[in-house]
Amino acid sequence: MADSVGTATPAPHAHPSSNPASTLTRMGTIRRWLASPPVVRNLIDPFVDNEFMRRALIAGVLVSIACAVVGTYVVLRGLAFIGDALAHGVLPGVAGALLLGVPGILGAAVGAVAMIGGVSVITAKSRLSSDTAIGLLFVGLLALGVVMVSGTKSFTGDLVRILFGELLGISEHDLIVQSIATLAVVIVGIVYARPFLLLCFDPDLAQVMGYHARRSHLVMLLLIAATVIVSFQTVGTLLVFGMLLAPAGVGALLARRVGIMMLWAGGTGVLATYLGLLASYHFGYAAGASVVLCAVFLFFLTFTVATVRESLAHRNHQAAHA
Amino acid sequence: MSAPAGVIEAHGLAVGYHRRAVLSDVDLDVPAGGSVALVGANGSGKSTMLRTLVGLLPLVGGALRVLGGEPGSAPQQTAYLSQFHASGFVLPMRAIDVVRMARFDRRGRFQRASASDERVVLDSLERMGIRDLASKPLRSLSGGQQQRVYLAQVLAREASLIVLDEPTAGLDAPGRDAYLTAMDAERARGAVVVTSTHDIGEASRCDRVVLLAGRIVASGPPDAVLTPEHLLETFGITLSRVDEHHLHVVEHHHLHDDGRHVPHQH
Repeated sequence: MADSVGTATPAPHAHPSSNPASTLTRMGTIRRWLASPPVVRNLIDPFVDNEFMRRALIAGVLVSIACAVVGTYVVLRGLAFIGDALAHGVLPGVAGALLLGVPGILGAAVGAVAMIGGVSVITAKSRLSSDTAIGLLFVGLLALGVVMVSGTKSFTGDLVRILFGELLGISEHDLIVQSIATLAVVIVGIVYARPFLLLCFDPDLAQVMGYHARRSHLVMLLLIAATVIVSFQTVGTLLVFGMLLAPAGVGALLARRVGIMMLWAGGTGVLATYLGLLASYHFGYAAGASVVLCAVFLFFLTFTVATVRESLAHRNHQAAHA
Repeated sequence: MSAPAGVIEAHGLAVGYHRRAVLSDVDLDVPAGGSVALVGANGSGKSTMLRTLVGLLPLVGGALRVLGGEPGSAPQQTAYLSQFHASGFVLPMRAIDVVRMARFDRRGRFQRASASDERVVLDSLERMGIRDLASKPLRSLSGGQQQRVYLAQVLAREASLIVLDEPTAGLDAPGRDAYLTAMDAERARGAVVVTSTHDIGEASRCDRVVLLAGRIVASGPPDAVLTPEHLLETFGITLSRVDEHHLHVVEHHHLHDDGRHVPHQH
């Protein structure tokens, strides 16, 4: 990046089409234009040259798509806390899987189902509010996970890997699993689009209209769980929560319709993935954390712009009526 | 032709939560085109009764048939407006999208809205006087405007049973007029309208008024039920008409935890 900063030399891309007599094909011109300036090279080459960067980008995009669909409902239904709990509740599951030598993703699934079941039972049977129940389960399972991992020899390494993922160490197999999960999330999201929208609007109305509010709610929780489980390999269980909330938060600020909100969320997630990976490549920052940091940064940027724009509009409105 | 059965038939009905009755011994027989207003203070059992009617709560006791079956067994013929829409502030939806939701169950999961669905949606917005707000985001609307959107959604259901929890709350005078006109039209086509309300004027337009205060204080035609004595018993407060436009508070009572009415001296 350093070579691109402060270079004042006029680059050859300044007037790419100024010479009509050029014998180069149009494609060749574009390619040369893209390849020439160092700043562009720094933006693209890391992904062209490195298999692990390409895989990280694809995995990040897949996570972004799943998180756009699921995160939208998490934000609209105020399920952030249960999303957080799920994200951390999978830890003992993954730890258990590591101890038993089975794939971590299976353990994560068990942990998530236990979390959903526990929350449902406690909220149904006790007079405690659901946030107390979720909070206790969440902390309990997190502690259990740390205790289990601390019993193994490679404590720190495993724990860091589970909590923060291994975005730069994604295998082809991981990509396939991620693709299937993202596809499944999108399909369920489409099939349940109407019940989910009604659930966001008013769960009672959904029930009265014959949409089985409880079942739809459970499907929604399972979708959150699925997204969290497959994301633990990329951004990790600690940070997947950021990918669920921040892009959807951007969508909520900008969109007037739920579908458009998901598109904004997806776009934000992809942009954050790209920027985060780039920062990680050039400056040596942790990849998963950089991606999530970019997503959160984009949220606060949007928030600031939206707030300023709103207050300006309000002032203009008042001025017009003065 | 089926036998002219009532749309709502309740006998010795008890409603409540967790098998504990909030209201009991409710008898109701409402024919097509009929209307019932439940009138009472907060916590008097109005919402519990309405939620039981649409199948959101199980019966605590007695018998209840709605639209010829168990409550909740005819979702396509039922419209329901609950009291709180906490999501109205967050949900990125335009007014028209909210009304369109009313037609979701009229077509298959992947079928788009038909031209007739769209006509009903626009017509419902028109009837509530908010056609021009159709493409406005819900969260940019005032509370009264949002309530009109929700009522337009109810109209777009084209339901045989319309159950509304405090439909006039937050409505301004033109909104209230639009609502009352719309409900008259719904009843004229045979729909049953059951509402809970604090609005005595609205209640007096119904066939039947039920006054609630943790029990049924009175039930019957509005003229017989909406008497100062009954209202005093229901609210611990009574109004006397000073002239055509003014009501006067006559007395004020507090309802104690043990259910005794204690007169409050002014």
